[in-house]
Amino acid sequence: MTTMTIAKAITAGLRRVLEQNPKSLLIGEDIGRLGGVYRVTEGLQADFGEDRVVDSPLAESGIIGTSIGLAIRGYSPIAEIQFDGFVFPGFNQITTQLAKMRARSEGRFGAPVVIRIPYGGGIGSIEHHSESPEALFAHTAGLRIMAPSNAHDAYWMIQEAAASQDPVIFFEPKRRYWLKGEVDTENPASPAASAQVVRPGTDATIVTYGPLVPVALAAAEAAAEDGRSVEVVDLRSVSPIDFDAIVASVEKTGRLVVTHEAPTFGGIGGEIAARVSERAFLSMEAPAIRVGGFHMPYPVSKVEDQYLPDIDKLLDALDRSFAY
Amino acid sequence: MTSTRQDSAAPDSAAPSGALFPNAGDSGAANSDTASQGMVQLLDQDGVLGTDPDFSGYVADVDAQMLRAFYRDMALTRRFDQEATALQRQGQLALWVPLRGQEAAQIGSGRATRACDYIFPTYREHGVALTRDVDFPQMLRIFRGISNGGWDPRENNFHMYTMVLAAQVPHATGYAMGVQRDQAGWDRARLEREGTAVVAYFGDGASSEGDVHESMVFAASYRSPVVFFCQNNQWAISVPTRVQSRIPLAERAKGYGFPGIRVDGNDVLAVLAVTRWALERARRGEGPVLIEAFTYRMSAHTTADDPTKYRLSAEEQAWEPRDPLVRLEKHLRSAGHADDAFFGEVARAGDEMAARVREEALAFPDPTLEDSFNNVYAEAHPLIAEELRWHKEYEAGFAQNHAEAGQEDAR
Repeated sequence: MTTMTIAKAITAGLRRVLEQNPKSLLIGEDIGRLGGVYRVTEGLQADFGEDRVVDSPLAESGIIGTSIGLAIRGYSPIAEIQFDGFVFPGFNQITTQLAKMRARSEGRFGAPVVIRIPYGGGIGSIEHHSESPEALFAHTAGLRIMAPSNAHDAYWMIQEAAASQDPVIFFEPKRRYWLKGEVDTENPASPAASAQVVRPGTDATIVTYGPLVPVALAAAEAAAEDGRSVEVVDLRSVSPIDFDAIVASVEKTGRLVVTHEAPTFGGIGGEIAARVSERAFLSMEAPAIRVGGFHMPYPVSKVEDQYLPDIDKLLDALDRSFAY
Repeated sequence: MTSTRQDSAAPDSAAPSGALFPNAGDSGAANSDTASQGMVQLLDQDGVLGTDPDFSGYVADVDAQMLRAFYRDMALTRRFDQEATALQRQGQLALWVPLRGQEAAQIGSGRATRACDYIFPTYREHGVALTRDVDFPQMLRIFRGISNGGWDPRENNFHMYTMVLAAQVPHATGYAMGVQRDQAGWDRARLEREGTAVVAYFGDGASSEGDVHESMVFAASYRSPVVFFCQNNQWAISVPTRVQSRIPLAERAKGYGFPGIRVDGNDVLAVLAVTRWALERARRGEGPVLIEAFTYRMSAHTTADDPTKYRLSAEEQAWEPRDPLVRLEKHLRSAGHADDAFFGEVARAGDEMAARVREEALAFPDPTLEDSFNNVYAEAHPLIAEELRWHKEYEAGFAQNHAEAGQEDAR
């Protein structure tokens, strides 16, 4: 067991990937000499060289497009997109090429590229630096989407993503990069596709992932003071989603709150609410409640606290559920 | 191997002078300029073989037999194109993308590649496919709604067609970056002997896409072994090349810091020579080249297109004498390399090929939706499994209903 921040856990995971798979390489803007704007790749170019930790031209479509070509040649590229809002110049390559390569080749081959994206708000930044675009990618078949919430998962899930034969969008909770946690480098985390109950409870379920897991845990702690036992489920994988784990929890608690920073409308929360209503309708004491961002471009940082789901919003959602 | 063009790393040394095209772009007619000036040309439109100080040496090995083979390649490609067009007209293909007029650009460049080279086509490179021994009928699976890929690219190092314009160009560059890593530490002799290069095909329309720009930036920065082969066929559906570029496309290479060269795309020998030069250069680790093959799309953009809406028949007629097959036939006949018997045999081979294409294309089994489910992910996926299970049960319900209805009828 070692204590690490989420950022350094990803660094350690990437280091292990580079050590174990000679075909793996990292590519992105400022990731080499600088070590990335968040220093997640710090020291890796010095140790593995410029051919394996590649400072790319400033061109997101080029980063993803060349990563696809490298994958076709037999390499395992892990691309970094500097900030969530900058993935869109590469969106065409991700949705029309990366996601469809296996289908187009009739299953003969795919392009196992990992795209790391620091995502989410709460960092007081300027436009395009605080977004949560995961639903856009979840809607695209052919991609897998992971979002770790703690250091141990971050360490193991980045390795799982790198080993996957499918393309993976790896959303890193940037405002939690410095959150410390225990990492067991001997015993792997369970596969990303399995959600985890990170706090057991009996009266209500909060489902979330990524940066809001600590918020959900804090809300559950506060609810406990009111005598309410709230279970928190960390999805870990946003596509596919472990609906079995969610349904099992809701069948036990009867109440569901889903929360994410991304806008509520058309989001992951709606998909979860619909699935649960299809599979566990008779177990539910109240409608599923979604707590997410508003239908607006991510707001300026002076007011982002009012936009982001927080403990109070989750407690309010729980109150509404219990009052139904 | 002593010409200034191939031995110089100076990017401008290989680019044709822009001054030769002072008025390019001010009218559609400028694009149809019949002059060969500024373009590498070995075989003029009357089939007369000329010389080029830099490039003749690259085709010194081409004898009568090879010339006849090039003609045969081009004629078979045209016959395939004709048959596929007919199949579309008869309702057997959803769409077809004709290439008539571009046979020399495609056969000349394709025949310059080695088996180990990897090709990223757009969607009109049926002639290049022939040079890579891709099975023609298999290619029709795309246009018959059976497959979005058609063939196995790993068998011939000829990638699947890409319908989003230019999206395959960064793939080519990335593939070349992988080749560089695989060949790290090889000396010049080994690179020349065994080295792999990559070719990215795109057109004058796609040259405006950002992916072409980004690919050229990456390839230039890393000196990756990729040849950008642009077939300027004068028309991006209905929009003439002057809307894509105010300068000859080949000149854009200078801005990226690698050579660009315009070649007569209807001259199979010149295309072969220039592409060999570019591939050898790339193979040796000297970085990318942009080739602009100046040609003409003699047919429609696709079978859904109607060129009479946007271009004059006078322009089409002006290009007829420069037909790449006519030109090579003139040369073969005048040089005494081929006679009526040869051309008759090629025509018969084309008809036989076309009959086989038709027969096999019509016999392809239909795909199943289950195949589509199975090809989304490599690894197990619970949502795919759930939806496939539901789909099969749902379809089985119809079978059950049919069976029960059949029993009712029997009673």
